Amino acid sequence: MHFDTSAGRNPIDAQTIVGRPHRRIDGALKVTGTAPYAYERHDAVADPTYGWIVGASIARGRVTRIDAAAARAAPGVLAVLTTLEYDAAPPGFRTTLTLFGGAEVRHYHQAVALVVAGTFEEARAAAHLLRIDYDSEPARCDLAAEAPKSEPIADRDGPDYPVVDRIGDVEAALAAAPVTLDESYGTPDQTHAMMEPHATTAAWRDGKLTIWTSAQVVSWHRNSLAQALGLAKEDLRLEAPFIGGGFGSKLIMRSDALLAALGAKAVGRPCKVALQRPLIANNGTRRAGTIQRIRLGADRDGRLTAIAHHSVNGNLPGAFAEAAVAPTRLIYAAPNRDLSMRLATLDLAEGNDMRAPGEAPGLMALEIAMDEMAERLGIDPVAFRIRNDTQVDPRRPQRRFSERHLIECLELGADRFGWARRNPVPGSVSDGRWLVGMGVAAGFRQNLLMPSGARVRLEQDGRLSVETDMTDIGTGSYTILAQTAAEMMGVPIEAVTVRLGDSDYPEAAGSGGQFGANNATSGLYAACTTLRATVAARLGFDVEDVVFADGMVTAGRRSAPLLDAAKDGPLTAEDRITYGDLDKEFVQATFGAQFAEVAVDRFTGEMRVRRMLAVIDAGRVLNPLTARSQVIGAMTMGVGSALMEALVVDTRHGFFINHDLGGYEVPVHADIPHLDVVFLDHPDPVSSPMKAKGIGEIGLCGAAAAVANAVHNATGIRVRDYPITLDKLLDRLPRVA
Amino acid sequence: MRPFTYERAASAEAAVAAVASRPGARFIAGGTNLLDLMKFQIETPAHLVDIRHLPLRGIEDLPDGGLRIGALATNTEVAAHPRVKREYGVLARAIVAGATGQLRNKATTAGNLLQRNRCPYFYETSLPCNKRQPGSGCSALGGVTRSLAVVGTSPHCIAQNPGDMAVALRVLDATVETVRPDGSQRRIAIGDFHLLPGDRPEIEHPLAPGELVTAVTLPRPPGGTHRYHKVRDRASYAFAIVSVAVVLQEDGTGRVAFGGVAPRPWRVEDAEALLPSGPAAVVAAAFQGATPTAGNAFKIPLAERALALVLSEGRA
Repeated sequence: MHFDTSAGRNPIDAQTIVGRPHRRIDGALKVTGTAPYAYERHDAVADPTYGWIVGASIARGRVTRIDAAAARAAPGVLAVLTTLEYDAAPPGFRTTLTLFGGAEVRHYHQAVALVVAGTFEEARAAAHLLRIDYDSEPARCDLAAEAPKSEPIADRDGPDYPVVDRIGDVEAALAAAPVTLDESYGTPDQTHAMMEPHATTAAWRDGKLTIWTSAQVVSWHRNSLAQALGLAKEDLRLEAPFIGGGFGSKLIMRSDALLAALGAKAVGRPCKVALQRPLIANNGTRRAGTIQRIRLGADRDGRLTAIAHHSVNGNLPGAFAEAAVAPTRLIYAAPNRDLSMRLATLDLAEGNDMRAPGEAPGLMALEIAMDEMAERLGIDPVAFRIRNDTQVDPRRPQRRFSERHLIECLELGADRFGWARRNPVPGSVSDGRWLVGMGVAAGFRQNLLMPSGARVRLEQDGRLSVETDMTDIGTGSYTILAQTAAEMMGVPIEAVTVRLGDSDYPEAAGSGGQFGANNATSGLYAACTTLRATVAARLGFDVEDVVFADGMVTAGRRSAPLLDAAKDGPLTAEDRITYGDLDKEFVQATFGAQFAEVAVDRFTGEMRVRRMLAVIDAGRVLNPLTARSQVIGAMTMGVGSALMEALVVDTRHGFFINHDLGGYEVPVHADIPHLDVVFLDHPDPVSSPMKAKGIGEIGLCGAAAAVANAVHNATGIRVRDYPITLDKLLDRLPRVA
Repeated sequence: MRPFTYERAASAEAAVAAVASRPGARFIAGGTNLLDLMKFQIETPAHLVDIRHLPLRGIEDLPDGGLRIGALATNTEVAAHPRVKREYGVLARAIVAGATGQLRNKATTAGNLLQRNRCPYFYETSLPCNKRQPGSGCSALGGVTRSLAVVGTSPHCIAQNPGDMAVALRVLDATVETVRPDGSQRRIAIGDFHLLPGDRPEIEHPLAPGELVTAVTLPRPPGGTHRYHKVRDRASYAFAIVSVAVVLQEDGTGRVAFGGVAPRPWRVEDAEALLPSGPAAVVAAAFQGATPTAGNAFKIPLAERALALVLSEGRA
């Protein structure tokens, strides 16, 4: 199905099942511990061997020698694979890294050896016996120090934008503006800290490889691993039915998959490898820290006349920029604009995708700047954002937004949150020893369209089977796909079996960039549309007139049971959704307004979020329950971004020192109060036949800035360098002696 | 983790004899710290003597009005004990400020006192650390130091004692009771139990090989108002950036100890005598001679503000 004209009325609009708050259909497997995850495929692999990855202890240089004799002689050890014995594997999709092979070390904890043993403990113990010599070179790892040597860079995911994106004359507009702002903001490196580490079980049979792994996009992993192994894609089967979180870290094939495959080959038995938790921060990918300079100019009425946003970050040679200016292209109107990015070289773990890449750190900065500007203008921050809304792409004004209800998000949110009770004078509200403030920020994230396929089968007993290599990374994919098939075919959700994450199934969009739900359900919509036609033909109906409901197929006065269509055997339909140019004609995006109330201890500077509200405009909400979980999870991540999350570089050695979950703090339950989420109901017919848009990332966009702005409102202290930890407030808090 | 042998001791005497007679042997009880360190090969005991089941778990009244807490009493049990809650409130508050419910169910009183430090470089086995490899150097100096000690340190080590319970025990003037391999018992004042690093940072306590902590005793309840405030970046499950334990009397005198700032719970009796003069005077005296880094100098003003907080609450 090629989607190239705005969707009209279609079977999903009935919303008898889609759009309803169904509990996740895989929930029982999760809570009973029976959902099979990659490292625990006892059902598939009875007697695996265990691999332990050894990471480089330098940031940059070469491995000169690896003495593995003692490790090979250790109890239980079956093989030791060293990087010097392998050719450098070619980088996979969306990454520049060599995951294993060759002498060159490009970042700390790059995999340099794999110890394979009969037990996990034997492999781990033997790993300590390796003696590895290096020729070390100085590592470039301090962004502030390297920034002056940065180079202009284009946006990997926005290739249509010029490297220096200028409209009008920003400098003249700033010079003429009666109110201006020119500030720098810092966002730190972050690690995904998902619950399940990267993990793979691998088994070879007759020259063909099967891996059970933790992948957000099955086809990307499969292609990357096949390429790294020099294997035909057809000879590699990948299964990823359950994934314990990813946040972008599992978009990219990591060393666990490659080394499990190599380990299994070396020992002639299945092998399983998980990235050890302390390895992930430096071996895996990170959200790259940024330094952003934002300049704003406005007239006295609060209309922005100029926006300049420049971001610099660092990455490995050849890798990508964190597109922090991306949201600034489209979130606010201003006739004069100047947006650009620069990239410095840093010998740290590769900067790459993490939930809302670009938008999340960009809005952490821009939405503080907007708060500061509102204060300078003496305008309420909600009103200031509303005043600068745009309904068109500022670069190409003839290109309108398909659906854009940011103003409604802000107005409804302000009303629900009690924004009118906010005291605009910072530091003026107390509750006992706590200083209390409210903050707001707008959220913006693009809606991405990706081809996506699915297969649906009407079984002879009337049940439906759905198969697609779409993944469920904890988000609810199983459930919304079941809802979609049930709605399309007129059966209860309980009659649908969904199978995911198998490379033998039709290729789907996968989970990432908040593109999973809309595209994967649209692919299934396409397959179901084909199946409806087949069923109609079998039953002698004209598909144009037919209604599928309550297990019956009805046209006019005639009606027949759906399962009659399958009485001679199951009916299978497979199709995929592809997209025309509607996203060129219309900007498609999601919007949010985030509100936060934060209390700051006037003595110690400890900050506690008291309540938050997000109002989200993301097209049709396929399942309000799973969607809400997505948004409150993202808001929680926003609290972490605002108040605690940061990878800290030891600049002498070139690595992140706090590379475990003890040192890298994310919010715990006690940090998260009641979070409220409201979804606007604006189906977007330009997005897809589902009229849905992404929801997995918009809940993060702006959340941290809302908290930051609340801290400022509480204390009068403006911190422009995330995370806002108490040591950054102390010397400016009220005297307490 | 290196291979090791294991035995369950039949009695405290047998446990002491077993550890004393085998080089590299260690006691194990809750295991919440030792097992982690063994996985990293920071600790490599050849033999473990399990003492969990020994009858050292009781909490009992002492004739002088004090309280004797068995070495194996769990954190949860101590914090929930009626007399601890009522008469030694600072201890109950400190314990529940630490770790998580699951860990407190496993962690024992003696094990908590003996927990090792949380300096990130202690765990970074590819880099030198004088606690791990005596004489190899301190990687924390010049490194990332935000969490580390500001006072009581040496040029060889700036690791902080991470405990909460020990800070409360310090203001309560607790005593640690042990039994030695020769069967003799001794009592060690809590103030002498954690050693400053000096030039031997690997020696963290005065226990001889095989010497077993059997109990911690508390003197008669000190009365007054008990407060423990733990400052951290998140609301739970994090080590203290700074903590402060106070027992405050109605006349304005009292006792103060700080956590998270020094290689041991940091109590300076001359400093606490200045309590009636206010927190600034106490902290100035308590942190005299401090040698913070640029990364953790904020801990000293934070300690003052945390003390001001508990004093304001105590007087409220």
